[in-house]
Amino acid sequence: MTGSLWRLLSRTVANPSGRLGLLILAVLTAFVLIGPRLLPDPNAMPDLLAGAVAPGAGHPFGTDQLNRDILSRVVTGGRISLSISALAVALAVLLGALVGGLAGFYGGWLDGALMRLVDGALAIPRLFLLLLLVAVWEQMPLGALVLVLGGTGWFGTSRIVRGEVLRLREAEFVSAARALGAGPGRIIFRHLLPNVAGPLLVAATLGVGDVILLEAGLSFLGVGVRPPTPSWGGMILDARSLLTTAPWASIFPGLAIVVTVLAVNLIGDALRGALDPRSA
Amino acid sequence: MSPLLEVEDLRIAFPTSGATSHPVDGVSFSLSKGELLAVVGESGCGKSLTSLALLRLVPPPGQILPGSAIRLGGTDVLALGDSELRAIRGRRIGMIFQDPMTSLNPVFTVADQISESVRAHQQVSRRAARARALELLQEVGIPDPVERLDNYPHQMSGGMRQRVMIAIALASEPELLIADEPTTALDVTVQAQILELLDGLRARRGMAVLLITHDLGIVAGRADRVAVMYAGRLVEEAPTAALFARPSHPYTKGLLASVPRITGAVTRLTPIAGTVPPPTAWPAGCRFHPRCPAVMPRCATDDPPALPVGPHHQMRCWLAEAGQP
Repeated sequence: MTGSLWRLLSRTVANPSGRLGLLILAVLTAFVLIGPRLLPDPNAMPDLLAGAVAPGAGHPFGTDQLNRDILSRVVTGGRISLSISALAVALAVLLGALVGGLAGFYGGWLDGALMRLVDGALAIPRLFLLLLLVAVWEQMPLGALVLVLGGTGWFGTSRIVRGEVLRLREAEFVSAARALGAGPGRIIFRHLLPNVAGPLLVAATLGVGDVILLEAGLSFLGVGVRPPTPSWGGMILDARSLLTTAPWASIFPGLAIVVTVLAVNLIGDALRGALDPRSA
Repeated sequence: MSPLLEVEDLRIAFPTSGATSHPVDGVSFSLSKGELLAVVGESGCGKSLTSLALLRLVPPPGQILPGSAIRLGGTDVLALGDSELRAIRGRRIGMIFQDPMTSLNPVFTVADQISESVRAHQQVSRRAARARALELLQEVGIPDPVERLDNYPHQMSGGMRQRVMIAIALASEPELLIADEPTTALDVTVQAQILELLDGLRARRGMAVLLITHDLGIVAGRADRVAVMYAGRLVEEAPTAALFARPSHPYTKGLLASVPRITGAVTRLTPIAGTVPPPTAWPAGCRFHPRCPAVMPRCATDDPPALPVGPHHQMRCWLAEAGQP
């Protein structure tokens, strides 16, 4: 498994857009990891009366209407946005692999029931599903937001996994594993799912971009990350009244979203290309 | 000596939309320690299903009918629960499959796959399992075993992969190895090497081998006994030498006549007329009678039981009773 994943990664790095995506993501990750230690407190309001200050020497990205440093808020918000999306996607991939694996391996009524559930869930736009959940649960803590984003993100993944498992379960290595005394759990997790790791990785990467946008959308609508904790979507929400007078307050968090999603999608595309043997 | 494996009246049923079919219908045989029994038959005669039944791996909706018996050294295989069954699979009965291209997991190295089999049945450390994997690769005659340990299946040839499969099956030192058409997907030269290997392993380890094949040619020099299967039944069973010297069932004769010979006069190959009927449409009476060149009136109505032809030699054909096999 390690070997074929390694091949996949090295082919992704060999692809120029994959390389660019990985580079951007690495720089962003470094920023959000180290940044908060070096930058001023994102919630500090040093000179409340000065209000929104244009980008300049003291504040490279300027400040918002409460005189908070935008660079500092973008970096801290990135920490929250990136960790929420990484965790949510990890949860989605886990659920998708589990449901898809069970449905594909056992088939029959279990497959029918699970896949109809997925069909139903996919018929509702994800944003509405999320709005419904967060409307029911006011004052949602960050952990719950991760659960909700992850819990609504596995439907497509489970279909991919089910298809692959359906194709692979007839392979002779599965019969061979059975003849060696492997039970269903061992066959699904140890023999089948590792073979799906490639497509799963692609789905996960592309999913990260979705979740970043969704989280930003929810925060913009005021139901995601709660103020004063900075988040990219929340910052754009706060800055919308200043759009004409202090555009920097919304431009920089917006740029952060665009660059991150772009990087993740570049990597996803490169991975997809690397997975397809014909593209070599 | 009591036999290692006894199969009695094995019947497997598959419910189909119309009627229930019985692709394996009353198969009995036994196998002693260290013996090599070859089961020979055409596609669809039920030979692979018989071998899967020994591990209780008949694919659903197929089921083994009550009244069948499979005993492995005193254990009633048909009475075992799931966990006891898993302890038999791989541990006491190993199995290798037809297509070495697909019977190894493509995403794990050879060492991973052999170690997994070692660790599935023995409590040993990772390192010890890897050392055992190396020994097994040497035993199955893989050149450069140290380098090969970290190869993936796609980096190996078909014959090499089949050797790895054999190493995986050997990992737990089974008493019985089932080889289901182990050489069908391989080159002729490699076929001979793999059979040589199986034969050597059986001699060294005293392991019984059940060789399932459609090729009478490959059993000639190696099997102790041959069982010929047709339409879900064993139609003739004999020590290998006796079977080739005095093939008695018309089907066996037909099979032998379809194989080209190097010695003797050059004659046309004589194929057996017709095809194997599907399990849903097996004829009444003797199942071979519609294709049989020596058919008698009673063959269409009376099903012949296993009748003796010679020492340890029996067949399901009325000719045996007529005394003119």
